[in-house]
Amino acid sequence: MSHTSPRPEPEDIELDAFVRALHLRHGYDFSGYAPASLKRRVQHVADSGGYENIGMLTSRMLRDDTLVPDIVAGLSVPVSDMFRNPSVFALLRSEVLPVLASYPRINIWQAGCAHGEEVYSLAILLEEAGLYHRAQIYATDFSDAALARAQEGIFMAKDARTYSENYIAAGGQRSLSDYYHARYERIKIDESLKRNISFANHNLAADGVFCEAHLILCRNVLIYFSNTLQNQVLGLFRDSLVRGGFLCLGNRESLDFAPAASAFTAVNAQARIFRLAAGA
Amino acid sequence: MLKRASSGWPQVHKAIVIGCSAGGVQALSTLLGGLAQNLPAPVIVVCHMGSEDTHMFCDILNHRSRLPVTEALERHPPVMGTVYIAPASYHLLIERDGCFALSVDDRVCFCRPAIDVLFCSASAYYRQHLIGVVLTGANDDGSQGLKAIRQRGGLGIVQTPDSAEAKAMPESAIRIAGADHIVSLPEIAPHLNQLFGC
Repeated sequence: MSHTSPRPEPEDIELDAFVRALHLRHGYDFSGYAPASLKRRVQHVADSGGYENIGMLTSRMLRDDTLVPDIVAGLSVPVSDMFRNPSVFALLRSEVLPVLASYPRINIWQAGCAHGEEVYSLAILLEEAGLYHRAQIYATDFSDAALARAQEGIFMAKDARTYSENYIAAGGQRSLSDYYHARYERIKIDESLKRNISFANHNLAADGVFCEAHLILCRNVLIYFSNTLQNQVLGLFRDSLVRGGFLCLGNRESLDFAPAASAFTAVNAQARIFRLAAGA
Repeated sequence: MLKRASSGWPQVHKAIVIGCSAGGVQALSTLLGGLAQNLPAPVIVVCHMGSEDTHMFCDILNHRSRLPVTEALERHPPVMGTVYIAPASYHLLIERDGCFALSVDDRVCFCRPAIDVLFCSASAYYRQHLIGVVLTGANDDGSQGLKAIRQRGGLGIVQTPDSAEAKAMPESAIRIAGADHIVSLPEIAPHLNQLFGC
């Protein structure tokens, strides 16, 4: 069949203009994001703000700085569940923590922590392995709103049942309710679980090496990035890990177009748990 | 006189997107079993499964389909003559460059993967070169997606509600998006083959 190249659609042009405006005017660079999901998110921000289209949102955003925090929050990593994909947490427990136990101090970086579901899951794993007292978890996100939520550690009680089932499936040794207090429709993570977590603003798309880490957890964040940005961030992870350090990505992430992935060898390919190869 | 610059957008070929929910495995078995082996288009499927095991789902369909059935891999392009299944718990999208993309954004119509997310993103890429098929299902996911496909000049095919194990999804699609063809389940594959001249 033959047909001529179509013109770009208005929404795609508006999306590109929005990304450029947000960067030039407010300093947030989303140009490395894959456009399909970004378009849905920006469209959602525009819809919930009552704007007719992305173009109208851009026009307002250029002139009203107070809109920016909500916009940025709307474009950030979506929330997760505690112990999402329990088999991955079971593998962290059985394959990764025994190696981390050999370090006197354990640094863990969770990049893109959203509302903290996985940070606290990780803290529980470390607690039950008797390692938490010598561990430091750095939980980062580019959204201050997300970080504030994560720091609170408050989740919906209706999700607690799923979290508990996940926790048990991940090899949990106690009851998940030992780690939170239920009140009205919410659960609040126990303060003692926060003692070795530092929350900090870090933008994977723009900022550099954050810490020297033994384990980096970054699940379902790179799926939103272009091949170029994905590769750049994998390079950042490589440079942030100690030799032999671990990297855990989301279950369906593909590294087939990222040359930087050659620095890593798979510990468990299906669970997307990798290790920085010696000499990398 | 100035010549209008070429937009630089890629030329694209046809693709088929399919959405189903309750009763979907049976319906897909029938449909995929009837597609021609030389179908010159990728077939991309969202089926609400309620199971995390997409690989087993692909295995089941591989036994019934004449085209190879595999899980869609992020960042890879769809290839004609292959059936792709959206992985469990992820939205599947077609990226601006035509490759697969995944997301764990909020559920749409209480679903992830959602048919609407695939259909809308695919229609933005394939435009009039896309065929959307809505099969059996118990909710209204797919209706907005089919509407987007038809608005961009693509073709909408809906299973006749009477031939569907669950009528809600095809009924909703017909009500909200309309359809170019409303076809009983056994006739859908021959109909698609005919549209591609095979």
